[in-house]
Amino acid sequence: MRYYLRKLAFYTVALWAALTLNFLLPRMMPGDPVDLMISKLAAKGPVSAETRRSLELLLGTKSDQPLVSQYVDYLGNLAHGDFGISVTFFPQTVSTTIAQTLPWTIALMGIATLISFAIGILLGQLAGWKRGSWLDNLIPVTTMFQAVPYFWLALVLLYLLSSVTQVFPTSGGYDVYNVTPGFNLPFLRSAAYYGTLPALTIVISSIAGWMLGMRNMMVATLSEDYIVTAEAKGLKPRRIMTTYAARNAVLPSLAGFATTLGFVVSGSIITEQVFSYPGIGMTLMSAVQNNDYALMQGVFLVITISVLGANLLVDLLYALIDPRTRARA
Amino acid sequence: MALSPKLAVGLTLCGGIALFGLLGPLFVGDPQRVDNIGLQPPGNGHLLGTTQTGQDVFAQLAYATRGSLLIGVVVGLLAVILAAGFGIIGAYIGGWVDEGFSLFSNVMLVLPGLPLMIVISSYVQNKGIWLVAGVLALTSWAGGARVLRAVTLSLRSRDYISASRVAGEKTWRILLVELLPNLVPLLAAMFVFAVIGAILGEAGLAFIGLGAGGSWTWGTMLFWAGNGLALRLGALWWFLPPGLLITVFGAGLAMINFSIDEIINPKLRDQTRRARRRWSASKRQIAATEEATR
Repeated sequence: MRYYLRKLAFYTVALWAALTLNFLLPRMMPGDPVDLMISKLAAKGPVSAETRRSLELLLGTKSDQPLVSQYVDYLGNLAHGDFGISVTFFPQTVSTTIAQTLPWTIALMGIATLISFAIGILLGQLAGWKRGSWLDNLIPVTTMFQAVPYFWLALVLLYLLSSVTQVFPTSGGYDVYNVTPGFNLPFLRSAAYYGTLPALTIVISSIAGWMLGMRNMMVATLSEDYIVTAEAKGLKPRRIMTTYAARNAVLPSLAGFATTLGFVVSGSIITEQVFSYPGIGMTLMSAVQNNDYALMQGVFLVITISVLGANLLVDLLYALIDPRTRARA
Repeated sequence: MALSPKLAVGLTLCGGIALFGLLGPLFVGDPQRVDNIGLQPPGNGHLLGTTQTGQDVFAQLAYATRGSLLIGVVVGLLAVILAAGFGIIGAYIGGWVDEGFSLFSNVMLVLPGLPLMIVISSYVQNKGIWLVAGVLALTSWAGGARVLRAVTLSLRSRDYISASRVAGEKTWRILLVELLPNLVPLLAAMFVFAVIGAILGEAGLAFIGLGAGGSWTWGTMLFWAGNGLALRLGALWWFLPPGLLITVFGAGLAMINFSIDEIINPKLRDQTRRARRRWSASKRQIAATEEATR
């Protein structure tokens, strides 16, 4: 119980830190983002006094209101889910824009990361089991892929598979002309087809890390006494590998899964930029390009909250799998 | 200790590229000079062809190598210093300082790095190369701090540390002379890792248009290549070299990191039958080591 409380307390602090950072950053920067945004908004339509006030709360102004009461108002607005109005997708609110794009990112990145994790763990297990085999010697080669700048690899694959051979579509999340988004088979099939290439590039560039980590843990686990005991008992090698060694060796990778989620999100921003994928990363980038600070802050908060939530989930699950974590707390 | 083949390959690759970055810019022309021979394939006075506006790709590559390596080294150093500061000092002093430092680095660890970098750098117009390096360092030290804290916690309770404390050594001396040497391999691995991370991070940031303005790095080169539709126009000589150099450099650093890992943790060392035969061990010795490592 103590462990769970500690974890919850930690993530509350982390969330508070993210909110505060989001509040302080625009106020510490030179220039007045509110005036910038108002002038952009005014170009697209009339700006009400409430919009201006909401923006001022979000971004801070040169107003004589003390910082503390600005901070309270800002937290109050967030509690209502009010992130303000987007300039880029005027007059849509930031919340609706995010709600439209978030599922795309979660589906693409979630599936790709799980595939990469599963294959990487499996191959790492085999490489650690048969140390010095061809698979094991392949590992230094796969780290090559890890050193490839992700977007560069994605662009090269895009060039080869979409421009030269035209196996996959060059951009987008689904066939905009022929299918309607929703829970119908043609749409899901189209989305899967459009998502294959982005997912493939993510898997290729992230699989080596899982493989290497699992291989090293496997090697360490295999030198434990209980493995010798299992061998002495005459158990089948296959059983020793999977239920004795791999089961314990996978624990650090599972714990590492939480910390990689941040990287997954970062990767997603660049992936979506390369493939023009309609996810939250694209939204963040178009917000940046249009100086749409309200949207930018909203997206940043949503990304942070998702990463924190996913981390919390992994931590809680991990405590279930590995009782030592609970005991140590 | 003999140079393992991995270390030799890694050092050769990284050393070669570093040398190119150091000396290359002295021998090439101006990377900015515009010419009326745009998009020329390699050859004909331009070793790697020209960009859309007739700039020499090879010259750009030399300057970009220098810029990227500079960012990598600066960020690597800053990240290691930050990680060491928060990880080692917190763990050694203990108490609420440790709690605070550890909480801070854990919070930094879970905050997603790239979105934070994007937000920070979008508020600042006219970013210099130093600002980009600072932002990269700020978002990349936390993982290392956590590892260093764990190792320091186990080291500080060793007998020799207690002995030097009883002997009246000053805290800073214990930290620098007794503790730090034991952490050097770990710090080295961390530095190498941070350099790769920084170069890749800068490339990503530059690619989406948020890199340092007016400076040459592999990332800004790729940004301009992407902007100039290098791939769509089939100008592979413009688009491929920067990415290949990042890959080769990263792979070289990874090889070095492997070797450092093997020095820290001998269990990971290559133990194929062939490697053991190279120690000219007899069959019985090989069987014995195999028994011992199982």
